[in-house]
Amino acid sequence: MLEIKNLHAEIDGKQILNGLTLSVPAGEVAAIMGPNGSGKSTLSYIVAGRSDYTVTAGEVLLNGENILELPPHERAARGLFLAFQYPVEIPGVTTHTFLRTAMNAQRKTRGEEELKTADFIKIMRAAADKLSISQEMLRRPLNVGFSGGEKKRLEVLQMTLLEPRFGILDETDSGLDIDALRVVSEGVNSLRSKERGFLVITHYQRLLDYIKPDSVHVMSQGRIIKSGGPDLALELEKHGYRDIVASAA
Amino acid sequence: MAAVLETLETVKSVDVDAYKYGFVTDIESDRAPKGLNEDIVRFISAKKNEPSWLTEWRLDAYRRWLTMEEPTWARVDYPKIDYQDLYYYAAPKSMSGPKSLDEVDPELLRTYEKLGIPLREREVLAGVQGARVAVDAVFDSVSVATTFREELAKSGVIFCPISEAVHSHPDLVKKYLGSVVPVTDNYFASLNSAVFSDGSFVYIPPGVRCPMELSTYFRINEQNTGQFERTLIIADKGSYVSYLEGCTAPKRDENQLHAAVVELIAHDDAEIKYSTVQNWYPGDSEGRGGIYNFVTKRGDCRGANSKISWTQVETGSAITWKYPSCILRGDNSRGEFYSIAISNGRQQVDSGTKMLHLGKNTTSRIISKGISAGRSSNTYRGQVFAHRKASGARNFTNCDSLLIGNACGAHTVPYVESRNPSAQFEHEATTSKISEDQLFYCMQRGLSAEEATALIVNGFVRDVLQQLPMEFAVEAQKLIAVSLEGSVG
Repeated sequence: MLEIKNLHAEIDGKQILNGLTLSVPAGEVAAIMGPNGSGKSTLSYIVAGRSDYTVTAGEVLLNGENILELPPHERAARGLFLAFQYPVEIPGVTTHTFLRTAMNAQRKTRGEEELKTADFIKIMRAAADKLSISQEMLRRPLNVGFSGGEKKRLEVLQMTLLEPRFGILDETDSGLDIDALRVVSEGVNSLRSKERGFLVITHYQRLLDYIKPDSVHVMSQGRIIKSGGPDLALELEKHGYRDIVASAA
Repeated sequence: MAAVLETLETVKSVDVDAYKYGFVTDIESDRAPKGLNEDIVRFISAKKNEPSWLTEWRLDAYRRWLTMEEPTWARVDYPKIDYQDLYYYAAPKSMSGPKSLDEVDPELLRTYEKLGIPLREREVLAGVQGARVAVDAVFDSVSVATTFREELAKSGVIFCPISEAVHSHPDLVKKYLGSVVPVTDNYFASLNSAVFSDGSFVYIPPGVRCPMELSTYFRINEQNTGQFERTLIIADKGSYVSYLEGCTAPKRDENQLHAAVVELIAHDDAEIKYSTVQNWYPGDSEGRGGIYNFVTKRGDCRGANSKISWTQVETGSAITWKYPSCILRGDNSRGEFYSIAISNGRQQVDSGTKMLHLGKNTTSRIISKGISAGRSSNTYRGQVFAHRKASGARNFTNCDSLLIGNACGAHTVPYVESRNPSAQFEHEATTSKISEDQLFYCMQRGLSAEEATALIVNGFVRDVLQQLPMEFAVEAQKLIAVSLEGSVG
């Protein structure tokens, strides 16, 4: 599904990723944890194709295809989705319009027909209801004036509608209270399937109580320094990162 | 939304330097000798068989123009124009006077078809949109066809070329021509008054709501020819009219001059809504060619409770110098200015409005959205003024600028002056850039860089697009995307 091999990347001459290797098979959820500044968010940007980073070595394979040469929108059309830590505001563009534009843009890139308006509305309403997103919210400009919880729920709504093959959640739990965390996690869990993989980036074990990972990986200084099962997250919660980071250095 | 997607299709289908309307119509034309002098002014007047008062009016304007200097205060830069090196009159040879559509040269009809402007009424009726629009088509210096005239005449609406109105409604023309933009108003207005060729004349009688949209479509075809059209719209007491103008020109390497004058008069309780989609040839990406668009547009809210609203979508021209304004003379009158000005390549735009509050409790609203891309320069210049007697005057101004890339510039130059202590003026201005974050976010969701830019820009101009008549809003949306193509690096 998603295979990252020996990935090196830099920004403005500064090395950010240092030979990162990670493999997430279809149907599995992998969690990446690690201290601040270990390069977790950067990893998600590079996999999604943000242009300010330069990949100096390595490969990122999505379903066996190296996607590093593809522009971001083509990676998206091949089924890669990134739920942003800080979703971006777009004034004047209603959420509804944005969702429909994104769905149709991906369909077009894949050579599929555009969605009919009536079908789109039906699909969107059903998905929004599940995430307690009101129709009123969908008429507002994208993310403008949304609370932290609303923004994150909207990220999950987008993921639901775009039906990606692989989803990356970048600190989706940040800024959420317990109720919002539950709604968001349920949304993600309902998308779990045999064909779909996830990479969950988080600081805290708390999120992993709701979204149960199959594997846990600790990241430090641009690479994975330790991998294990769900228990590893509990261990980290108890002892912190210090010992693991120190023993890896 | 379909429009945005369609927009994107359009973007994809054209090259960076492509201007869709850049073709030339091969048609024999009748031109005045090159250059400008009193004989040329008389020549134009004689061509149109004008009464002597109008010939004198033109000559007076010409003589005054000779004493004036070209204005230099705008933030635009262009080589000196040689006014003796231009043709001031050009007309398709086949046009010797107003004719029925059946007599119009088929080559001309084809030109307008190609531009998407159907001149045959039955074709308009068969159109899918259902909305009917009466069109006056002006080709270089003459009007070639005006549609739906008979139907409009049933409600007493006069819609015809101004050259014809001079003969058919001399009293109205004499009374109103130059009453809003005086002959000596400014350099380009004086020039226009001397040599104006054709344009539209509209009169809406008291209490009449004009039954359809009126529009004029201007086309410059001839080489080295200036276009100097003159539009005069009068809305009598309690009447309403919505009017739209569109403009295109062939791609040519040399610059062409367009100096128009538009005068609007709204009497008591009357309303005029004037929309422009300006798409003159902007020149190529290196700044070769393109139209110099020096235009004076002014509306006079002469009566109490009258209203004039300007909406403009400016995407074309190498240089734009244009300030559609309102004189709020009548008590409780209202002026509005909604503008989207997009510049790309080497285009230079200096545009804005003037709201002159003279009457009591007059209100005005200015919403300006400037978008600069490429190596262009985009200036908003606006004046809001309250006269000593304009008690209760209110203005709200909002100027937003959006920058795309690092090589363009945006400027906002507001002049605000109040001589009445009860006047309330508000001014808001923002400048922003399309951020990498916004682009990346949209692209992660599946939009290409160009689709993302078009979406963000359409969001930015949404308040203004909503002011345009429905059919034209779609057109304008497409135009915005096409104008911005190649702006994403």
